[in-house]
Amino acid sequence: MLPLILEDVSFIAGGRAIIDRVSCELAAGPRTVILGPNGSGKSVLMRLCHGLLAPTSGRIVWRGSHDDGRPRAQAMVFQRPVMLRRAAHANVTYGLKLAGVSQAERDERARDVLDAVGLSGVANRPARVLSGGEQQKLALARAWALEPEVLFLDEPTANLDPGATREVERIVDQIHASGTKIVMTTHNLGQARRLADEILFMSGGRLADHAPVERFFAQPSTGEAAAFIKGELPWS
Amino acid sequence: MDDIGSAFAEAARMIVAADGQLYGIVLLSLQVSFTAVAIATVLGLPLGAALAIRRFPGRQVLLVSLNALMGLPPVVVGLVVYLMLSRAGPLGELGLLFTPTAMVIAQAILVTPIIAGLSRQVLEDAWHEYAEQLRSLGATPTAAAATLLWDTRYSLVTVVLAGFGRAAAEVGAVIIVGGNIDGVTRVMTTAISLETSKGDLPLALGLGLVLVAVVFVINAAAQVIKSAAVRRYG
Amino acid sequence: MELRTRLVRIAWVLLALACAPTALAQRFITVASTTSTEQSGLFGHLLPIFQQKTGIEVRVVALGTGQALDLARRGDADVVFVHAKSAEEEFLREGHGVRRFPVMYNDFVIVGPKSDPAGIAGGADAPEALRKIKNASAAFVSRGDRSGTHIAEVNLWTMAGIDIAKDKGPWYRETGQGMGPALNMASAMNAYLLSDRATWLAFNNRGELAVLVEGDRRLMNQYGVMLVDPEKHPNVKRADGQAFIDWVLSAEGQAAIAAYKIGGEQLFFPNAGEPGA
Repeated sequence: MLPLILEDVSFIAGGRAIIDRVSCELAAGPRTVILGPNGSGKSVLMRLCHGLLAPTSGRIVWRGSHDDGRPRAQAMVFQRPVMLRRAAHANVTYGLKLAGVSQAERDERARDVLDAVGLSGVANRPARVLSGGEQQKLALARAWALEPEVLFLDEPTANLDPGATREVERIVDQIHASGTKIVMTTHNLGQARRLADEILFMSGGRLADHAPVERFFAQPSTGEAAAFIKGELPWS
Repeated sequence: MDDIGSAFAEAARMIVAADGQLYGIVLLSLQVSFTAVAIATVLGLPLGAALAIRRFPGRQVLLVSLNALMGLPPVVVGLVVYLMLSRAGPLGELGLLFTPTAMVIAQAILVTPIIAGLSRQVLEDAWHEYAEQLRSLGATPTAAAATLLWDTRYSLVTVVLAGFGRAAAEVGAVIIVGGNIDGVTRVMTTAISLETSKGDLPLALGLGLVLVAVVFVINAAAQVIKSAAVRRYG
Repeated sequence: MELRTRLVRIAWVLLALACAPTALAQRFITVASTTSTEQSGLFGHLLPIFQQKTGIEVRVVALGTGQALDLARRGDADVVFVHAKSAEEEFLREGHGVRRFPVMYNDFVIVGPKSDPAGIAGGADAPEALRKIKNASAAFVSRGDRSGTHIAEVNLWTMAGIDIAKDKGPWYRETGQGMGPALNMASAMNAYLLSDRATWLAFNNRGELAVLVEGDRRLMNQYGVMLVDPEKHPNVKRADGQAFIDWVLSAEGQAAIAAYKIGGEQLFFPNAGEPGA
């Protein structure tokens, strides 16, 4: 499916251009982090890429061929995890069932992935009674089980404490290592530095910068980017 | 006050004496209303789900109509069904008039909008929470509807109980299409109506207390099952 | 036992319970009659005897006389058993019925508050009593529902020289309901009322009411029975319907009618053989 090409994409709602003529290419490989202040359009851009929203103008094209081995080509983890009213294990197998995976294989994959994220102990607990951090790890497990080519993450640790944040970042790394492209938004500079290979910097709905992570932090190409970097304290 | 006192005594006496006629009437009431609610649920829940999830031209009009139909007067439903099932009417050949089946039909018509309308609200609220995640996972509208129905099951139980309450309490529809025939189509509410019109108020009130007690027990049982399921499955 | 299994078991029980009881494959006829007749308890006494003898179940749909005849006009009944001769004869003229047979009679009584503001107590002249009620503008409850009782009441007003439809005042209350609710209302309002004796005897909520005028020949309430015409309504159960009519008119049926008593008092007087009834 990759690379994902955005050509002059705009998204207009309520008379405002929330996304304003954005063009870029997301290629397989590098972990992409979309950075920017609140209201810059990061979340909307993610949803446009994932297909939850349709652009008002412009094109979004998956140039690559569809890899038949995978249950789902892309998956998304949201800022607030949405769990079904059933056991943790069942939440993971739910996505697999939708993708047509057989019963036996569903159970096996679910077990493996719950093990990998450290939730084996609560596999049979109702997902909704788990803590915020556990639910977010479960969301990651659910997405990982689908072996997506691309995993979108929308501010996945914004509501979590530092301990849970670290665990989530560790899991994201593992998912990347297993061959999935990561596209993530955050407004946390420290997290961006830790996790990104390349940065897409959004400001006021426009793509203000697109650079490898080292170059972005060392020599931001726009005044806005520089101000953003300076204005934020680098949380680690 | 005297009458109310005798009513309680009458109700107690009927229950303790295991009055065969009373139990026959109670059983028929439950059969008719349970069946009607089952039909209304099968029809109403998918309709509620479709309205909650899909957007289409005319949806607003349909929503308003559905909400209005929740307030259908039972006696009007009874009249319409009677005219349909009467020998002089279009479905007269079926010979369903003055049978429990006719009563089930009338009550099902009465209750379906209630279950569709109330479930639509429950499901729409849930959809706001679930929509993005379910679509992200690749759920088709049908799969999403089924998932929503299962996930909101505790609220939907309340919706179905509301429908049952309406069915069990109404008299206007069943008395017209059933004819309140002794031993055949006499249910709790029509029996109460009959005893009231005969002037036997303590008996009528006593029957009323029995009806309320039966509905109370059903609601309590539903609550127990719900609590057990919540404890077990979350 | 695991919760899920228990739930499934309960669901099956409920499902079995809820299976809609279809109209049983039982032999039956539908008789359209009046609420006052049913509430008198006569059918509860009479019909089991008939069913015992013939195996035919009689299902009575009880409405006001007008509604009962309308029901039959639509073909929704096999037999009509009401008490309004003029309405029954109109029914026959329209071609809906085969033939009318007189069955029995009971009588009407005028009940009212013991305080008797119109001063009619003890009289035996019904139209005269109504005239006194109107002159005193005393509260009077009417059925107002085209029932046999209502028709009889209107006839009595006419005999008193009063056109009640034109001359009624606020003292005249029309309920549009059955005999029982009308009695309830009269009891609550301490009003006068024309009632059939059977319903009165079975009525438990009398309050201050008592029988004030009775015995006038013009208070007789004649019942007639008719088979709905199968030529016009092919679904009518001719044989079984006729069997019921034949039995009700037979010596055995007439004796059963006479045997029905409330508090030792006979309610209905069989007169199947009486000419011109």
